[in-house]
Amino acid sequence: MSKRIEINDLDIYYGDFKAVEGVSVDIEPRAVTAFIGPSGCGKSTVLRSLNRMHEVISGAWVDGEVLLDGANLYGPGVDPVNVRRQIGMVFQRPNPFPTMTIRENVLAGVMLNNRRMSKSDQDDLVERSLRGANLWNEVKDRLGVPGSGLSGGQQQRLCIARAIAVSPDVLLMDEPCSALDPISTLAIEDLIEELKTEYTIVIVTHNMQQASRVSDKTAFFNIAGTGKPGKLIEFDETAKIFSNPSVQATEDYVSGRFG
Amino acid sequence: MTTAAPAASRATATKRPADIAFQAVSTVAGVLILIALGGVAIFLVAQAVPAIIGPIPEAEGASFWDWVWPLTFGTLWSAFLAMIMAVPLAVAIALFITHFAPRRLAQLLGYVIDLLAAIPSVIYGLWGIAVLAPFFQPAFLWLGENLGWLPLFTPPASGTGRTILTASVVLAVMVLPIITALCREIFLQTPRLNEEAALALGATRWEMITMAVLPHGRSGIIASSILGLGRALGETMAVAMVLASSGVVSFVVIGSQNPSTIAANIALRFPEAHGITVNMLIGSGLVLFAITLLVNGLSRWIIAKTTVDGGR
Repeated sequence: MSKRIEINDLDIYYGDFKAVEGVSVDIEPRAVTAFIGPSGCGKSTVLRSLNRMHEVISGAWVDGEVLLDGANLYGPGVDPVNVRRQIGMVFQRPNPFPTMTIRENVLAGVMLNNRRMSKSDQDDLVERSLRGANLWNEVKDRLGVPGSGLSGGQQQRLCIARAIAVSPDVLLMDEPCSALDPISTLAIEDLIEELKTEYTIVIVTHNMQQASRVSDKTAFFNIAGTGKPGKLIEFDETAKIFSNPSVQATEDYVSGRFG
Repeated sequence: MTTAAPAASRATATKRPADIAFQAVSTVAGVLILIALGGVAIFLVAQAVPAIIGPIPEAEGASFWDWVWPLTFGTLWSAFLAMIMAVPLAVAIALFITHFAPRRLAQLLGYVIDLLAAIPSVIYGLWGIAVLAPFFQPAFLWLGENLGWLPLFTPPASGTGRTILTASVVLAVMVLPIITALCREIFLQTPRLNEEAALALGATRWEMITMAVLPHGRSGIIASSILGLGRALGETMAVAMVLASSGVVSFVVIGSQNPSTIAANIALRFPEAHGITVNMLIGSGLVLFAITLLVNGLSRWIIAKTTVDGGR
Protein backbone atom coordinates (compact mmCIF):
# COMPACT_ATOMS: atom_id res chain seq x y z
CA MET A 1 0.00 0.00 0.00
CA SER A 2 2.55 2.59 1.00
CA LYS A 3 5.65 3.15 -1.02
CA ARG A 4 8.97 4.87 -0.61
CA ILE A 5 9.82 7.97 -2.61
CA GLU A 6 13.37 8.89 -3.50
CA ILE A 7 14.01 12.32 -4.93
CA ASN A 8 17.40 12.43 -6.61
CA ASP A 9 18.98 15.78 -7.50
CA LEU A 10 15.72 17.28 -8.73
CA ASP A 11 15.63 20.64 -10.54
CA ILE A 12 12.22 22.06 -11.42
CA TYR A 13 11.79 24.64 -14.15
CA TYR A 14 8.94 26.78 -15.42
CA GLY A 15 10.10 27.52 -18.94
CA ASP A 16 13.55 29.07 -18.51
CA PHE A 17 12.98 29.92 -14.86
CA LYS A 18 14.59 27.52 -12.42
CA ALA A 19 12.17 27.34 -9.50
CA VAL A 20 13.86 24.64 -7.42
CA GLU A 21 17.42 23.38 -7.51
CA GLY A 22 19.17 20.20 -6.44
CA VAL A 23 16.64 18.58 -4.11
CA SER A 24 17.42 15.09 -2.81
CA VAL A 25 15.12 13.60 -0.19
CA ASP A 26 14.28 10.03 0.86
CA ILE A 27 10.66 9.80 1.93
CA GLU A 28 9.96 6.81 4.15
CA PRO A 29 6.84 4.68 3.77
CA ARG A 30 4.34 4.68 6.65
CA ALA A 31 5.68 7.94 7.99
CA VAL A 32 4.89 11.62 7.75
CA THR A 33 7.42 13.85 6.05
CA ALA A 34 6.91 17.61 6.42
CA PHE A 35 8.18 20.32 4.09
CA ILE A 36 8.63 23.68 5.80
CA GLY A 37 10.12 26.98 4.75
CA PRO A 38 9.24 30.60 3.95
CA SER A 39 6.79 31.51 1.19
CA GLY A 40 8.09 31.08 -2.31
CA CYS A 41 10.87 28.69 -1.29
CA GLY A 42 9.57 25.98 -3.62
CA LYS A 43 8.26 23.48 -1.07
CA SER A 44 4.81 23.35 -2.70
CA THR A 45 6.44 23.04 -6.10
CA VAL A 46 8.48 20.06 -4.91
CA LEU A 47 5.34 18.51 -3.42
CA ARG A 48 3.40 18.99 -6.63
CA SER A 49 6.25 17.54 -8.65
CA LEU A 50 5.75 14.28 -6.74
CA ASN A 51 2.50 13.58 -8.57
CA ARG A 52 3.34 15.73 -11.57
CA MET A 53 0.61 18.22 -10.70
CA HIS A 54 3.01 21.13 -11.28
CA GLU A 55 2.69 20.25 -14.96
CA VAL A 56 -0.76 21.84 -15.11
CA ILE A 57 1.20 25.07 -15.56
CA SER A 58 2.35 24.91 -19.15
CA GLY A 59 6.09 25.02 -19.66
CA ALA A 60 6.90 23.15 -16.45
CA TRP A 61 9.59 20.49 -16.66
CA VAL A 62 12.07 18.78 -14.39
CA ASP A 63 15.64 17.53 -14.46
CA GLY A 64 16.45 14.66 -12.12
CA GLU A 65 14.51 11.67 -10.87
CA VAL A 66 11.64 10.91 -8.55
CA LEU A 67 11.56 7.19 -7.78
CA LEU A 68 8.44 5.56 -6.43
CA ASP A 69 9.72 2.24 -5.06
CA GLY A 70 12.42 2.42 -7.70
CA ALA A 71 10.24 3.36 -10.67
CA ASN A 72 11.02 6.78 -12.11
CA LEU A 73 7.88 8.95 -12.28
CA TYR A 74 9.56 11.01 -14.99
CA GLY A 75 10.75 8.07 -17.05
CA PRO A 76 9.97 7.99 -20.76
CA GLY A 77 6.46 6.78 -21.50
CA VAL A 78 5.17 7.41 -17.97
CA ASP A 79 1.71 8.93 -18.15
CA PRO A 80 1.10 11.65 -15.53
CA VAL A 81 -2.52 10.46 -15.33
CA ASN A 82 -1.34 7.07 -14.04
CA VAL A 83 1.09 8.72 -11.62
CA ARG A 84 -1.77 10.73 -10.11
CA ARG A 85 -3.88 7.61 -9.69
CA GLN A 86 -1.18 6.19 -7.41
CA ILE A 87 -0.34 9.38 -5.57
CA GLY A 88 -3.29 11.22 -4.08
CA MET A 89 -3.39 14.87 -3.19
CA VAL A 90 -5.21 17.15 -0.74
CA PHE A 91 -5.18 20.86 -1.44
CA GLN A 92 -4.85 24.09 0.53
CA ARG A 93 -8.52 24.86 0.35
CA PRO A 94 -11.19 22.17 0.49
CA ASN A 95 -12.33 21.49 -3.06
CA PRO A 96 -15.15 18.94 -3.17
CA PHE A 97 -16.92 18.91 -6.54
CA PRO A 98 -19.76 21.36 -5.93
CA THR A 99 -22.35 19.63 -8.09
CA MET A 100 -21.73 16.18 -6.62
CA THR A 101 -23.22 14.71 -3.48
CA ILE A 102 -21.03 13.55 -0.60
CA ARG A 103 -21.29 9.98 -1.87
CA GLU A 104 -20.46 10.94 -5.45
CA ASN A 105 -17.49 12.95 -4.26
CA VAL A 106 -16.04 9.96 -2.45
CA LEU A 107 -16.58 7.76 -5.50
CA ALA A 108 -15.35 10.32 -8.03
CA GLY A 109 -11.84 8.93 -8.33
CA VAL A 110 -12.90 5.28 -8.35
CA MET A 111 -15.44 5.92 -11.07
CA LEU A 112 -12.63 7.06 -13.36
CA ASN A 113 -10.98 3.66 -13.29
CA ASN A 114 -13.77 1.28 -12.60
CA ARG A 115 -17.20 2.31 -13.73
CA ARG A 116 -18.78 -1.08 -13.27
CA MET A 117 -18.87 -1.44 -9.53
CA SER A 118 -21.78 -3.01 -7.77
CA LYS A 119 -23.92 -0.84 -5.54
CA SER A 120 -22.96 -2.75 -2.42
CA ASP A 121 -19.23 -2.47 -3.20
CA GLN A 122 -19.75 1.24 -3.68
CA ASP A 123 -21.57 1.51 -0.36
CA ASP A 124 -18.74 -0.37 1.37
CA LEU A 125 -16.10 1.84 -0.19
CA VAL A 126 -17.96 5.03 0.71
CA GLU A 127 -18.31 3.93 4.32
CA ARG A 128 -14.71 2.69 4.56
CA SER A 129 -13.30 5.90 3.06
CA LEU A 130 -15.45 8.18 5.17
CA ARG A 131 -14.59 6.22 8.31
CA GLY A 132 -10.96 6.44 7.27
CA ALA A 133 -11.32 10.19 7.09
CA ASN A 134 -13.18 10.37 10.45
CA LEU A 135 -16.22 11.79 8.74
CA TRP A 136 -18.62 8.85 8.65
CA ASN A 137 -20.52 9.59 11.86
CA GLU A 138 -21.13 13.18 10.85
CA VAL A 139 -22.46 12.53 7.35
CA LYS A 140 -23.82 8.97 7.30
CA ASP A 141 -27.42 10.20 7.29
CA ARG A 142 -26.96 12.69 4.47
CA LEU A 143 -24.73 11.06 1.87
CA GLY A 144 -27.05 12.38 -0.82
CA VAL A 145 -26.60 16.09 -0.11
CA PRO A 146 -24.05 18.24 -1.97
CA GLY A 147 -20.57 18.13 -0.47
CA SER A 148 -20.38 21.90 -0.63
CA GLY A 149 -22.94 22.12 2.17
CA LEU A 150 -20.49 20.82 4.79
CA SER A 151 -18.30 22.99 7.01
CA GLY A 152 -14.78 23.78 5.86
CA GLY A 153 -13.17 21.15 8.09
CA GLN A 154 -15.70 18.52 7.04
CA GLN A 155 -15.14 19.41 3.40
CA GLN A 156 -11.41 18.93 3.84
CA ARG A 157 -11.97 15.52 5.45
CA LEU A 158 -14.31 14.71 2.54
CA CYS A 159 -11.44 15.55 0.20
CA ILE A 160 -9.18 13.23 2.19
CA ALA A 161 -11.84 10.51 1.93
CA ARG A 162 -11.99 11.10 -1.81
CA ALA A 163 -8.22 10.80 -2.05
CA ILE A 164 -7.94 7.59 0.00
CA ALA A 165 -10.93 5.97 -1.75
CA VAL A 166 -8.69 5.13 -4.71
CA SER A 167 -6.17 3.39 -2.38
CA PRO A 168 -3.17 5.49 -3.35
CA ASP A 169 0.40 4.58 -2.44
CA VAL A 170 1.19 8.06 -1.24
CA LEU A 171 -0.87 10.97 0.09
CA LEU A 172 0.36 14.49 -0.61
CA MET A 173 -1.05 17.34 1.47
CA ASP A 174 -0.47 20.93 0.41
CA GLU A 175 -1.08 23.04 3.54
CA PRO A 176 -4.26 21.08 4.27
CA CYS A 177 -5.17 23.11 7.36
CA SER A 178 -4.36 26.62 6.22
CA ALA A 179 -8.03 27.46 5.56
CA LEU A 180 -9.37 25.77 8.70
CA ASP A 181 -10.10 26.81 12.28
CA PRO A 182 -8.07 25.32 15.16
CA ILE A 183 -10.63 22.63 16.04
CA SER A 184 -10.85 21.38 12.47
CA THR A 185 -7.07 21.58 12.23
CA LEU A 186 -6.78 19.32 15.25
CA ALA A 187 -9.20 16.86 13.66
CA ILE A 188 -7.10 16.73 10.50
CA GLU A 189 -3.87 16.32 12.48
CA ASP A 190 -5.35 13.40 14.41
CA LEU A 191 -6.41 11.92 11.10
CA ILE A 192 -2.90 12.27 9.67
CA GLU A 193 -1.60 10.39 12.70
CA GLU A 194 -3.99 7.51 11.92
CA LEU A 195 -3.44 7.57 8.16
CA LYS A 196 0.31 7.18 8.46
CA THR A 197 -0.11 3.58 9.57
CA GLU A 198 -1.27 2.85 6.04
CA TYR A 199 0.07 5.55 3.76
CA THR A 200 3.21 7.43 2.97
CA ILE A 201 2.32 11.02 3.78
CA VAL A 202 4.05 14.18 2.64
CA ILE A 203 2.73 17.44 4.04
CA VAL A 204 3.61 21.04 3.26
CA THR A 205 2.88 23.39 6.12
CA HIS A 206 3.49 26.97 7.13
CA ASN A 207 2.76 26.09 10.70
CA MET A 208 5.90 24.91 12.43
CA GLN A 209 4.05 23.63 15.49
CA GLN A 210 2.03 21.50 13.11
CA ALA A 211 5.16 20.13 11.46
CA SER A 212 6.65 19.25 14.84
CA ARG A 213 3.38 17.67 16.01
CA VAL A 214 2.57 15.46 13.03
CA SER A 215 5.78 14.66 11.19
CA ASP A 216 8.54 12.12 11.66
CA LYS A 217 10.98 13.80 9.33
CA THR A 218 11.19 17.41 8.22
CA ALA A 219 12.75 19.06 5.21
CA PHE A 220 13.56 22.76 5.44
CA PHE A 221 13.59 24.71 2.19
CA ASN A 222 14.86 28.25 1.71
CA ILE A 223 15.42 30.76 -1.02
CA ALA A 224 18.35 33.13 -1.41
CA GLY A 225 16.29 35.94 -2.91
CA THR A 226 13.53 36.72 -5.39
CA GLY A 227 14.19 35.18 -8.78
CA LYS A 228 16.66 32.68 -7.31
CA PRO A 229 15.78 28.99 -7.18
CA GLY A 230 14.56 27.44 -3.93
CA LYS A 231 16.89 24.93 -2.28
CA LEU A 232 16.68 22.17 0.25
CA ILE A 233 18.68 23.37 3.25
CA GLU A 234 18.33 20.52 5.67
CA PHE A 235 16.51 17.21 5.93
CA ASP A 236 16.49 15.21 9.15
CA GLU A 237 14.44 13.75 11.96
CA THR A 238 11.79 16.26 13.00
CA ALA A 239 13.00 16.22 16.61
CA LYS A 240 16.49 17.14 15.51
CA ILE A 241 15.36 19.89 13.10
CA PHE A 242 13.38 21.58 15.85
CA SER A 243 15.82 21.10 18.73
CA ASN A 244 19.30 20.94 17.34
CA PRO A 245 19.50 21.63 13.60
CA SER A 246 22.89 21.42 11.98
CA VAL A 247 22.46 24.48 9.74
CA GLN A 248 22.23 28.00 11.17
CA ALA A 249 19.48 29.06 8.69
CA THR A 250 17.25 26.22 9.90
CA GLU A 251 17.74 27.21 13.51
CA ASP A 252 16.93 30.87 12.68
CA TYR A 253 13.76 29.80 10.88
CA VAL A 254 12.39 27.31 13.41
CA SER A 255 13.16 29.64 16.30
CA GLY A 256 11.25 32.43 14.54
CA ARG A 257 14.20 34.74 13.88
CA PHE A 258 13.11 35.12 10.25
CA GLY A 259 10.42 34.03 7.81
CA MET B 1 -37.19 51.14 12.69
CA THR B 2 -39.06 52.35 15.69
CA THR B 3 -36.27 51.57 18.10
CA ALA B 4 -35.11 54.33 20.35
CA ALA B 5 -32.17 55.36 18.23
CA PRO B 6 -30.81 58.72 19.22
CA ALA B 7 -31.99 61.40 16.82
CA ALA B 8 -28.45 62.61 16.29
CA SER B 9 -27.30 59.41 14.60
CA ARG B 10 -30.19 59.55 12.19
CA ALA B 11 -29.36 63.09 11.26
CA THR B 12 -25.85 62.10 10.18
CA ALA B 13 -27.24 60.36 7.10
CA THR B 14 -27.07 63.50 5.01
CA LYS B 15 -28.15 63.35 1.38
CA ARG B 16 -25.40 64.44 -0.96
CA PRO B 17 -26.43 66.15 -4.23
CA ALA B 18 -24.43 63.71 -6.37
CA ASP B 19 -26.16 60.75 -4.71
CA ILE B 20 -29.57 62.25 -5.29
CA ALA B 21 -28.81 63.02 -8.93
CA PHE B 22 -27.42 59.58 -9.60
CA GLN B 23 -30.32 57.87 -7.89
CA ALA B 24 -32.76 59.92 -9.95
CA VAL B 25 -31.01 59.11 -13.24
CA SER B 26 -30.83 55.38 -12.56
CA THR B 27 -34.45 55.25 -11.36
CA VAL B 28 -35.61 56.98 -14.53
CA ALA B 29 -33.57 54.54 -16.62
CA GLY B 30 -35.10 51.59 -14.79
CA VAL B 31 -38.64 52.91 -15.23
CA LEU B 32 -38.02 53.69 -18.91
CA ILE B 33 -37.27 50.07 -19.74
CA LEU B 34 -40.53 49.01 -18.11
CA ILE B 35 -42.45 51.67 -20.03
CA ALA B 36 -40.86 50.55 -23.30
CA LEU B 37 -41.73 46.91 -22.72
CA GLY B 38 -45.27 47.75 -21.61
CA GLY B 39 -45.70 50.07 -24.60
CA VAL B 40 -44.68 47.37 -27.04
CA ALA B 41 -47.00 44.86 -25.42
CA ILE B 42 -49.95 47.28 -25.47
CA PHE B 43 -49.28 48.19 -29.10
CA LEU B 44 -49.13 44.55 -30.17
CA VAL B 45 -52.30 43.55 -28.33
CA ALA B 46 -54.30 46.61 -29.44
CA GLN B 47 -53.34 46.17 -33.07
CA ALA B 48 -53.76 42.42 -33.08
CA VAL B 49 -57.27 42.30 -31.62
CA PRO B 50 -59.16 43.10 -34.88
CA ALA B 51 -57.41 40.24 -36.67
CA ILE B 52 -57.82 37.79 -33.82
CA ILE B 53 -61.57 38.32 -33.31
CA GLY B 54 -62.66 39.20 -36.80
CA PRO B 55 -62.60 37.26 -40.07
CA ILE B 56 -59.36 37.36 -42.03
CA PRO B 57 -59.08 37.84 -45.77
CA GLU B 58 -56.64 35.03 -46.41
CA ALA B 59 -59.03 32.11 -46.62
CA GLU B 60 -62.79 31.72 -46.21
CA GLY B 61 -63.80 30.41 -42.80
CA ALA B 62 -60.23 30.24 -41.46
CA SER B 63 -59.49 31.93 -38.17
CA PHE B 64 -56.41 33.93 -37.24
CA TRP B 65 -55.07 30.96 -35.37
CA ASP B 66 -55.32 28.68 -38.43
CA TRP B 67 -53.31 31.25 -40.31
CA VAL B 68 -50.65 31.86 -37.68
CA TRP B 69 -50.05 28.20 -36.77
CA PRO B 70 -47.87 27.25 -39.78
CA LEU B 71 -45.77 30.35 -39.20
CA THR B 72 -45.37 29.54 -35.51
CA PHE B 73 -44.47 26.00 -36.40
CA GLY B 74 -41.88 27.18 -38.94
CA THR B 75 -40.37 29.57 -36.40
CA LEU B 76 -40.03 26.92 -33.73
CA TRP B 77 -38.91 24.18 -36.12
CA SER B 78 -36.17 26.23 -37.80
CA ALA B 79 -34.93 27.55 -34.45
CA PHE B 80 -34.93 24.03 -33.02
CA LEU B 81 -32.91 22.68 -35.95
CA ALA B 82 -30.49 25.56 -35.62
CA MET B 83 -30.02 24.96 -31.89
CA ILE B 84 -29.39 21.23 -32.38
CA MET B 85 -26.53 22.12 -34.68
CA ALA B 86 -25.22 25.19 -32.90
CA VAL B 87 -25.18 24.28 -29.20
CA PRO B 88 -22.94 21.17 -29.28
CA LEU B 89 -20.62 22.86 -31.75
CA ALA B 90 -20.45 26.05 -29.69
CA VAL B 91 -19.72 24.14 -26.48
CA ALA B 92 -17.04 22.14 -28.28
CA ILE B 93 -15.43 25.28 -29.71
CA ALA B 94 -15.51 26.98 -26.32
CA LEU B 95 -13.90 23.94 -24.69
CA PHE B 96 -11.25 23.84 -27.38
CA ILE B 97 -10.46 27.52 -26.91
CA THR B 98 -10.34 27.33 -23.12
CA HIS B 99 -8.78 23.94 -22.49
CA PHE B 100 -7.07 22.51 -25.54
CA ALA B 101 -5.80 25.18 -27.93
CA PRO B 102 -2.37 26.76 -27.49
CA ARG B 103 -2.74 30.33 -26.22
CA ARG B 104 -1.97 32.04 -29.55
CA LEU B 105 -4.47 29.94 -31.47
CA ALA B 106 -7.07 30.39 -28.72
CA GLN B 107 -6.75 34.18 -28.93
CA LEU B 108 -7.04 34.12 -32.71
CA LEU B 109 -10.10 31.88 -32.56
CA GLY B 110 -11.65 34.19 -29.97
CA TYR B 111 -11.26 37.15 -32.33
CA VAL B 112 -12.70 35.20 -35.25
CA ILE B 113 -15.71 34.15 -33.20
CA ASP B 114 -16.34 37.73 -32.10
CA LEU B 115 -16.00 38.83 -35.72
CA LEU B 116 -18.64 36.30 -36.80
CA ALA B 117 -21.05 37.96 -34.38
CA ALA B 118 -20.47 41.34 -36.04
CA ILE B 119 -21.49 40.28 -39.57
CA PRO B 120 -24.90 41.75 -40.48
CA SER B 121 -27.64 39.21 -41.07
CA VAL B 122 -28.18 40.40 -44.65
CA ILE B 123 -24.70 39.13 -45.47
CA TYR B 124 -25.54 35.76 -43.97
CA GLY B 125 -28.67 35.73 -46.12
CA LEU B 126 -26.68 36.41 -49.28
CA TRP B 127 -24.20 33.73 -48.34
CA GLY B 128 -27.05 31.31 -47.72
CA ILE B 129 -28.57 31.91 -51.15
CA ALA B 130 -25.41 32.18 -53.19
CA VAL B 131 -23.20 29.56 -51.57
CA LEU B 132 -24.94 27.33 -49.12
CA ALA B 133 -28.11 26.50 -51.06
CA PRO B 134 -26.37 25.34 -54.26
CA PHE B 135 -23.77 23.56 -52.16
CA PHE B 136 -26.40 21.59 -50.22
CA GLN B 137 -28.71 20.86 -53.14
CA PRO B 138 -26.92 17.68 -54.35
CA ALA B 139 -26.75 16.46 -50.76
CA PHE B 140 -30.51 16.97 -50.40
CA LEU B 141 -31.08 14.93 -53.57
CA TRP B 142 -28.94 12.14 -52.17
CA LEU B 143 -30.73 12.23 -48.82
CA GLY B 144 -34.09 12.07 -50.59
CA GLU B 145 -33.04 9.06 -52.62
CA ASN B 146 -31.28 7.09 -49.91
CA LEU B 147 -32.85 8.13 -46.64
CA GLY B 148 -36.24 9.03 -48.03
CA TRP B 149 -37.95 6.58 -45.68
CA LEU B 150 -37.13 8.93 -42.78
CA PRO B 151 -39.93 11.46 -42.32
CA LEU B 152 -37.29 14.20 -42.28
CA PHE B 153 -36.06 13.40 -45.80
CA THR B 154 -39.23 12.52 -47.68
CA PRO B 155 -38.64 13.21 -51.40
CA PRO B 156 -38.96 15.10 -53.67
CA ALA B 157 -35.92 17.17 -52.76
CA SER B 158 -35.86 20.87 -53.44
CA GLY B 159 -34.42 21.92 -56.80
CA THR B 160 -32.92 25.13 -55.43
CA GLY B 161 -31.60 24.00 -52.06
CA ARG B 162 -33.43 26.88 -50.37
CA THR B 163 -35.04 24.65 -47.74
CA ILE B 164 -35.64 25.03 -44.05
CA LEU B 165 -32.50 23.00 -43.39
CA THR B 166 -30.39 25.52 -45.30
CA ALA B 167 -32.07 28.33 -43.41
CA SER B 168 -31.39 26.53 -40.14
CA VAL B 169 -27.73 26.09 -41.00
CA VAL B 170 -27.52 29.84 -41.64
CA LEU B 171 -29.27 30.45 -38.32
CA ALA B 172 -26.90 28.07 -36.58
CA VAL B 173 -23.88 29.92 -37.91
CA MET B 174 -25.45 33.18 -36.78
CA VAL B 175 -26.13 32.08 -33.19
CA LEU B 176 -22.86 30.18 -32.87
CA PRO B 177 -20.76 33.22 -31.90
CA ILE B 178 -23.10 34.30 -29.09
CA ILE B 179 -23.20 30.88 -27.50
CA THR B 180 -19.49 30.25 -28.00
CA ALA B 181 -18.43 33.59 -26.55
CA LEU B 182 -20.58 33.17 -23.45
CA CYS B 183 -19.57 29.54 -22.91
CA ARG B 184 -15.92 30.52 -23.25
CA GLU B 185 -16.27 33.10 -20.49
CA ILE B 186 -18.05 30.61 -18.25
CA PHE B 187 -15.56 27.80 -18.84
CA LEU B 188 -12.69 30.17 -18.07
CA GLN B 189 -14.28 30.86 -14.70
CA THR B 190 -14.24 27.22 -13.63
CA PRO B 191 -12.56 27.24 -10.22
CA ARG B 192 -8.98 26.12 -10.70
CA LEU B 193 -9.25 24.13 -7.49
CA ASN B 194 -12.00 21.97 -8.93
CA GLU B 195 -10.01 21.30 -12.08
CA GLU B 196 -6.97 20.37 -10.01
CA ALA B 197 -9.08 18.14 -7.76
CA ALA B 198 -10.12 16.13 -10.80
CA LEU B 199 -6.61 15.99 -12.25
CA ALA B 200 -5.13 14.93 -8.92
CA LEU B 201 -7.52 11.99 -8.84
CA GLY B 202 -6.00 10.80 -12.08
CA ALA B 203 -8.55 12.26 -14.47
CA THR B 204 -7.55 12.72 -18.09
CA ARG B 205 -8.16 16.11 -19.65
CA TRP B 206 -11.55 15.03 -20.96
CA GLU B 207 -12.55 13.43 -17.64
CA MET B 208 -11.53 16.62 -15.87
CA ILE B 209 -13.83 18.54 -18.21
CA THR B 210 -16.78 16.28 -17.50
CA MET B 211 -16.11 16.31 -13.73
CA ALA B 212 -15.34 19.96 -13.18
CA VAL B 213 -15.84 22.22 -16.19
CA LEU B 214 -19.18 21.10 -17.59
CA PRO B 215 -20.99 20.80 -14.23
CA HIS B 216 -19.75 24.25 -13.31
CA GLY B 217 -20.84 25.65 -16.66
CA ARG B 218 -24.18 23.87 -16.92
CA SER B 219 -26.47 26.76 -16.10
CA GLY B 220 -24.29 29.05 -18.20
CA ILE B 221 -24.57 26.76 -21.20
CA ILE B 222 -28.35 26.77 -20.82
CA ALA B 223 -28.47 30.54 -20.43
CA SER B 224 -26.29 31.17 -23.46
CA SER B 225 -28.30 28.67 -25.52
CA ILE B 226 -31.47 30.54 -24.64
CA LEU B 227 -29.90 33.81 -25.74
CA GLY B 228 -28.96 32.12 -29.01
CA LEU B 229 -32.46 30.66 -29.30
CA GLY B 230 -33.90 34.15 -28.84
CA ARG B 231 -31.87 35.33 -31.79
CA ALA B 232 -32.79 32.31 -33.91
CA LEU B 233 -36.51 32.80 -33.19
CA GLY B 234 -36.48 36.45 -34.08
CA GLU B 235 -34.02 36.38 -36.97
CA THR B 236 -35.68 38.00 -39.97
CA MET B 237 -33.53 38.94 -42.90
CA ALA B 238 -31.46 35.80 -43.37
CA VAL B 239 -34.48 33.52 -43.21
CA ALA B 240 -36.56 35.77 -45.45
CA MET B 241 -33.83 35.66 -48.08
CA VAL B 242 -32.88 32.00 -47.92
CA LEU B 243 -36.16 30.21 -47.36
CA ALA B 244 -38.49 29.40 -50.24
CA SER B 245 -41.65 29.10 -48.19
CA SER B 246 -45.16 28.01 -48.94
CA GLY B 247 -46.94 28.10 -45.61
CA VAL B 248 -47.24 24.37 -44.98
CA VAL B 249 -46.72 22.50 -41.73
CA SER B 250 -44.13 19.86 -42.53
CA PHE B 251 -41.19 18.23 -40.82
CA VAL B 252 -39.50 17.53 -44.17
CA VAL B 253 -36.26 19.50 -44.17
CA ILE B 254 -35.11 19.00 -47.75
CA GLY B 255 -38.27 19.63 -49.79
CA SER B 256 -39.45 22.67 -51.71
CA GLN B 257 -42.56 22.98 -49.49
CA ASN B 258 -41.33 24.77 -46.37
CA PRO B 259 -43.10 26.57 -43.56
CA SER B 260 -42.18 30.22 -43.24
CA THR B 261 -41.27 31.90 -39.97
CA ILE B 262 -43.16 34.69 -38.25
CA ALA B 263 -40.39 37.26 -38.48
CA ALA B 264 -39.53 36.51 -42.12
CA ASN B 265 -43.19 36.55 -43.07
CA ILE B 266 -43.70 39.97 -41.49
CA ALA B 267 -40.66 41.37 -43.28
CA LEU B 268 -41.73 40.01 -46.66
CA ARG B 269 -45.38 41.03 -46.51
CA PHE B 270 -45.54 44.16 -44.41
CA PRO B 271 -44.50 46.62 -47.18
CA GLU B 272 -47.57 45.73 -49.27
CA ALA B 273 -49.99 45.03 -46.46
CA HIS B 274 -53.08 47.14 -45.83
CA GLY B 275 -56.26 46.99 -43.81
CA ILE B 276 -56.81 43.88 -41.74
CA THR B 277 -53.66 42.22 -43.14
CA VAL B 278 -51.59 44.71 -41.14
CA ASN B 279 -53.43 43.62 -38.01
CA MET B 280 -52.79 39.98 -38.88
CA LEU B 281 -49.08 40.54 -39.23
CA ILE B 282 -48.97 42.47 -35.97
CA GLY B 283 -50.92 39.64 -34.39
CA SER B 284 -48.29 37.18 -35.52
CA GLY B 285 -45.73 39.52 -34.00
CA LEU B 286 -47.63 39.24 -30.73
CA VAL B 287 -47.36 35.46 -30.95
CA LEU B 288 -43.60 35.75 -31.47
CA PHE B 289 -43.39 38.11 -28.50
CA ALA B 290 -45.26 35.58 -26.36
CA ILE B 291 -43.00 32.72 -27.49
CA THR B 292 -39.90 34.73 -26.61
CA LEU B 293 -41.28 35.56 -23.17
CA LEU B 294 -42.12 31.91 -22.64
CA VAL B 295 -38.64 30.77 -23.68
CA ASN B 296 -37.04 33.26 -21.33
CA GLY B 297 -39.24 32.20 -18.46
CA LEU B 298 -38.49 28.57 -19.14
CA SER B 299 -34.76 29.19 -19.17
CA ARG B 300 -34.88 31.04 -15.86
CA TRP B 301 -36.79 28.16 -14.38
CA ILE B 302 -34.27 25.62 -15.69
CA ILE B 303 -31.32 27.64 -14.42
CA ALA B 304 -32.92 28.04 -11.00
CA LYS B 305 -33.56 24.31 -10.84
CA THR B 306 -30.13 23.14 -11.93
CA THR B 307 -27.95 25.62 -10.06
CA VAL B 308 -26.38 24.18 -6.94
CA ASP B 309 -25.85 26.81 -4.29
CA GLY B 310 -22.67 27.21 -2.34
CA GLY B 311 -20.78 26.13 -5.43
CA ARG B 312 -17.48 27.87 -4.87
